[in-house]
Amino acid sequence: MIIAERKPFEELKGFVADKKKVLVVGCRGCVTVCNAGGTKEVGILASELRLDAGKDGRELTVDEHTLERQCDPEYIEELVEMVGKNYDAILSMACSVGPQFISTRYPDQTVYPSLNTLFMGGALQHGIWAERCQGCGNCVIHNFGGMCPVARCAKSLQNGPCGGSANGVCEISKEVDCIWHLIATKMMETGKVETDFAPVQPIKDWSTSRDGGPRKVVREDLVK
Amino acid sequence: MSDFEPKIIAFCCQYCAYSAADMAGSMRLQYPTNVEIVLIPCTGRFDMLFALKAFEGGADGVYVAGCLEGTCHFLDGNIRAKKRVNYLRNELKNMGVEEERLRMYNLSASQGPRFMEIAYEFTDLIKQLGPSPFKKKDAA
Ligand code: SF4
Ligand code: SF4
Repeated sequence: MIIAERKPFEELKGFVADKKKVLVVGCRGCVTVCNAGGTKEVGILASELRLDAGKDGRELTVDEHTLERQCDPEYIEELVEMVGKNYDAILSMACSVGPQFISTRYPDQTVYPSLNTLFMGGALQHGIWAERCQGCGNCVIHNFGGMCPVARCAKSLQNGPCGGSANGVCEISKEVDCIWHLIATKMMETGKVETDFAPVQPIKDWSTSRDGGPRKVVREDLVK
Repeated sequence: MSDFEPKIIAFCCQYCAYSAADMAGSMRLQYPTNVEIVLIPCTGRFDMLFALKAFEGGADGVYVAGCLEGTCHFLDGNIRAKKRVNYLRNELKNMGVEEERLRMYNLSASQGPRFMEIAYEFTDLIKQLGPSPFKKKDAA
């Protein structure tokens, strides 16, 4: 899923500093699962904004609403009625796809992203999420013991490890595993050094990744 | 601010703090009427929104009272509550409000007198801090 985290309160407070009436919109997709922008987080942010405005003696109405998803026009359409209530700003708590969809659909609205969208990953345990994929557009993890060197190696090396790998840790930080250490260890443990580790991986074609510009998928069988 | 009588909301776990309050009652111990108790089945049920809504509703201080660490009826409800309280205390700080307005206490069901002590201690603390800065300023 997409992992995101809420922006610092100070920044969000700045968004509404000169506003009288705002709408906070959550998303029931990934950001609900990673506890960043679901109904509960919408409630917390809305409450904090109200309290803060009261503290500073500002009038501020904060309404709350959570959509099924914000990355789908069908749900964005649900906001029609609410948008008609003349909000000074809409704070989207979806990943940053959401605020873009909202501002495209409602061009006269002022829309702010309330989260910082971080990466594609998963939960290592409740409350801890880690990056696993960078959407390179041509998945090759089967060559690396099921681990992604694109997303998990600081240099996205296809033929690692580099000289910075020490005691299983990447040179960028003691907190970061060297994924190439894990790949090599797994190859040794599973007896695949000769077949899978020794061969030199070809140069990766990055044109399917961001290097090829913004991407789009068209499924003719689904398009009406 | 001597005539300031704070409004305090205490979220009390039914297995400890709430029973301790009962005991304080049967022992005829007086505790400040400023404290309004909200019964929760375990402090693990404590939700950050409970405290935020209490502040929105005009509370000057909020505390969560759960079992002594290691004795939660549901194993770790009080530990989880403590983390939420700490998270929210940090949010209060980010909002420029004294984090002391939100606190976590731990006590057992048999500590009626301790329940009373906590109620006094927190009420005094909030009296010192003064009214909640969250209260809407009347056009001054
Ligand atoms: S190889 Fe590419 S698609 Fe596969 S996990 Fe890594 S970044 Fe994602
Ligand atoms: S130490 Fe490992 S993870 Fe870090 S850049 Fe080198 S090969 Fe990649």
